[in-house]
Formats: sequence, C-alpha cells, structure tokens
Amino acid sequence: MSSSTADLQPHGGHDSHDHGEGHDPHHQHHFATMEQQFDTAKIGMWLFLVTEVLLFGGLFVGFGLMQHQYPQEFIEAHHHLQRPMGALNTIVLLFSSWTMVMAVNASQTNQKKKLLNYLLLTIACAFIFLVVKYFEYSHKFEEGLLPAMFYKHTGDAIVGSHGYATFFAFYFMMTGLHGIHIVAGIGLLSWIYFRARKNEFSSAYYTPVDLVGLYWHIVDMIWIYLFPLYYLIS
Amino acid sequence: MSSHTEHKAHHAHHGGPAIYTANLIALLILTGITVGASYINFGSANVVIALAIASLKAILVALFFMHLVWDKPVNAIIAVAGFLFLGIFLMFDFLDVGTRVNLQPHNMKAMEKPTPVPESMNPLKAAPPKPVTAAPAAAGEHEGGEHK
Repeated sequence: MSSSTADLQPHGGHDSHDHGEGHDPHHQHHFATMEQQFDTAKIGMWLFLVTEVLLFGGLFVGFGLMQHQYPQEFIEAHHHLQRPMGALNTIVLLFSSWTMVMAVNASQTNQKKKLLNYLLLTIACAFIFLVVKYFEYSHKFEEGLLPAMFYKHTGDAIVGSHGYATFFAFYFMMTGLHGIHIVAGIGLLSWIYFRARKNEFSSAYYTPVDLVGLYWHIVDMIWIYLFPLYYLIS
Repeated sequence: MSSHTEHKAHHAHHGGPAIYTANLIALLILTGITVGASYINFGSANVVIALAIASLKAILVALFFMHLVWDKPVNAIIAVAGFLFLGIFLMFDFLDVGTRVNLQPHNMKAMEKPTPVPESMNPLKAAPPKPVTAAPAAAGEHEGGEHK
C-alpha cells in the first residue's frame, strides 16, 4: 500500500511527458494536457446524458400518446398517486442536487472533509427517496394498482377499460427505471466517497466527482418532469 | 475576460456556494408554485403551466448545478441537441395524433346490429386445431425408409 501511494505522488522530474510542471499521476499518456483529458471525459459524459434523455424521452412520448387515448382513465388513475409523497421526493432530490454540487465544489477547492460530508448527505437523500418510493409502491400493491394484466383494482368509473392498467404500466416503468438510476447513483456516490477518503481527488484532479455529479443532476432533472406529469396533472 | 478564463480554465471554480444555494431556493420556490397551480383549474392550460415550470427548473439545474453556463460551449451544444431531437420526436407524434380524423364518411350510419362473429372465428372460443401428429410421424417414417 505504501509503495502505491508513493507512486501516486506527483513527481516533477524531467521524464518524457513532462510539460513544464509536475506530472500529474492521473494524466494519461494519450492526452496532451490534463485540461484536454478533463474536457474529453466531460464531452463523453454529456453524450451519455443525452442518451439518457432520449431513453426517458421515448417513455414520455408513449405516456403522452396513451394519455391522449385514455384521457378520463388517466385522470382518474392519477388521483391514486399521493401528491404530498411526490412533492416530498421532489424536495429531497432537489436538495440532494444541491449537496452534490457542493461536493463537487469542495473537491475543486481541496476541502476533503466537506467533500466527504456532502457526499454522505447526497447518499442519505437517495435512500430517503427510495424509502418514500417504497411506501408509495406498497400502497399501490395493496390496492391492486398494478401494470397491465396484473391490474386488480375494482371500482373504476369505466369498467373494463385498459386505460387504468396502461397508466400504471407507464407509472411503474418510468418511476421504476428512475428508481434503478437512483440505486446506480448510490453505488457511484459510494465509489466516489471511498476514493475521496483515500485522498484521490484534489483541485488538480476531480473528474470522477464532477461526472458523477452530472449523472446525479440528470436523474434529478428526469424527476423534475416525472413529478408534474404523474402527480399534478388533473 | 476570455484571456483571464483561458489562463485558469483548468482550475477555474466558477459558481460557488452562494450561487448554488440561490439556485436551490429558486428551484424549491418553483416546486411550490407548480404544486399550488395544480390545485387551481386552468382547464387545458394546467398541463402547459406544469411543463413550462418543469422546463424552467430543468434549465436552472442544467445551467448552474451542471455548470453549463460556465462550461465550454460544446457541452451545451450536445445537451441542446439532445433536447432538440426529443422535441422533434414529441412534436411529430402529437401532430399525428392531434390531426387524425375519422376516415368514415360523416353521413354513414353506425351499425345498429353488428354482425355477430361466428364462434369458429373467435380465437378464444374456437375449437383447438386438430392435432397434426399423424403427418410428421408419417413423414419421419417415410424419411427413415428412404435412409434405409
């Protein structure tokens, strides 16, 4: 362990890829500068985020088309969702986006203690979000508000319509996919947390913190659209 | 301005806690407005209001939390391109659905007594097709015979 940490120390010698300043151990050989390496990583992350937008975008379009086909059923079905729960989760995610951006800021300014604390806060928010989601889901399971052929709820205004089951198919698909992104985010944030504890990030190298931050914000952004479309439209 | 940012582009710490906190407060206020507006009936404008506020929130997140306002423009171009194509996707879908008309003549009378579908044509009620085991078995035998 001690030898590997020694390797990680910047060594300002006159080796072949010295650029006039100390060679950063994170600097990969195929990039001219650390700045170029950072920009490249960031462009790649943004391209990935665009695929995420298009992934959820397709589902949003499908939801919109079905809403057009079953307007009454969708309005009735949406009343089964608890608006305070959705609003609470919106606030939790917005707050976690703030803690995330503060964590990125702390890593840019070499504040390790702050970085660790903000990362823990972000992870805590992610768990709160999942707990609220668990209560929402279990309430739907009890009432039989389930997708497609699993739909067991009785007492709907339009008997025999597929609209209700369609609504909940979209609801579980979209919030479920979003929930999987939250779980993946917890994994990524934990990874960043343990790397930060080993002093791997500094103002000279904080790319992973920044990119996980971008991922976390896009997950928040998707919820920003999910919340009004599912909980608020009546 | 540009030479200043170029010099410290790599280590530039744009934004800062004050801006991020102000952004969070703005986002929470917008959430409050959108929840409040959802309790008032504006008719079909409710959807428009909800989506407009959501888009405003998304823009605030992208500009300040995701640093797009301080980043190199290439990242913003990628992001805008993504949403642009999503917008084209949405627009053509709703143009399609929104402009569909009934293709039947307007003076055509609806069928009062639809012709009942015969039971034999209902896939759920029709008798299951007769097993066809005899033919492959015979073919197998035939083939076996050929091989011999």
